[in-house]
Amino acid sequence: MAAEELKTGPLEYRTQEGQMGIMGFWIFLGAEVVLFATLFATYAVLFGRTADAPLPSELFEPGIVLIMTFLLLTSSFTCGLAIHEMRRGSVKGLIFWMAITLALGLGFLGFEIYEFVHYAHEGATLQSSAFWSAFFVLAGTHGLHVTLGIGWAILLLIQIKQRGLTNVTSRKFFIISLYWHFLDVIWIFIFTSVYLIGMVI
Amino acid sequence: MNHVIGFILSLVMTLVAAWAAIQSDLPVTWVIIGIMILALLQAGVQLFMFMHVTEASSGNGHVPWNMMFHGFALAGIVVAGSLFVMSFGHDHGDHGDMGDMQQQEEQHSEDHNGH
Repeated sequence: MAAEELKTGPLEYRTQEGQMGIMGFWIFLGAEVVLFATLFATYAVLFGRTADAPLPSELFEPGIVLIMTFLLLTSSFTCGLAIHEMRRGSVKGLIFWMAITLALGLGFLGFEIYEFVHYAHEGATLQSSAFWSAFFVLAGTHGLHVTLGIGWAILLLIQIKQRGLTNVTSRKFFIISLYWHFLDVIWIFIFTSVYLIGMVI
Repeated sequence: MNHVIGFILSLVMTLVAAWAAIQSDLPVTWVIIGIMILALLQAGVQLFMFMHVTEASSGNGHVPWNMMFHGFALAGIVVAGSLFVMSFGHDHGDHGDMGDMQQQEEQHSEDHNGH
């Protein structure tokens, strides 16, 4: 492997191992697409089956959902900047933008938890109807992914403090950036097909 | 820079989608079609402008296109197929008069009338 190491280009692509790792992560993302597709399909099929629980149009509020969307969109942007800094060889820039990404991600999570608690108080919980089960499982799975991503990024930040930018650490950061952008893609679809359509119908 | 353009594009598309859904008086069907197209476009922005899907420096060897296509195709089939099977079939029970299906269909519509 090391014999094939390139001397130019982004660090994460210089070894065969790095390239294969990134390709493997894309395959994982393909599987994640299918996982979320099953949850979206379940949600779409159960739409309107609210039983005696409140209707989504009564509970969904544009304000908080837009704030969450902007937080996540901005975090995806700052995550992109972090990778840009990493490719310029700046560990400081990478850590700075990654920290901002994490702060925005935590803000998003905070709003999501507040939102779920609020819905539970209004009588919409995981148990209250087929619709709300599908909603909480779909949005909750996304929220769980964000939580995992935050924990993962914190561990990587500790690692880069200790080891600096190498082929391996930059591959790891590149992969978490893919993960983070992917979560934003999923959120766009939740925002559109769950919240916006839920407010229209 | 690509990133800034992508960020501005996503912000604009989000706001347009939110406006269409919350403020506008457009027909519901058109709103839904429109915002779903906007969502797909935004996913494209993320993939091509943020996620380095196309990149000369890796020799474009780092993205398994067939796998990704497979994933997206499955996603479309699962969502559209579930909706088709579970929702759109409901009240078409008594129109399907086709040969060997007929008997089943009749049984089916009797069940429906029974409720």
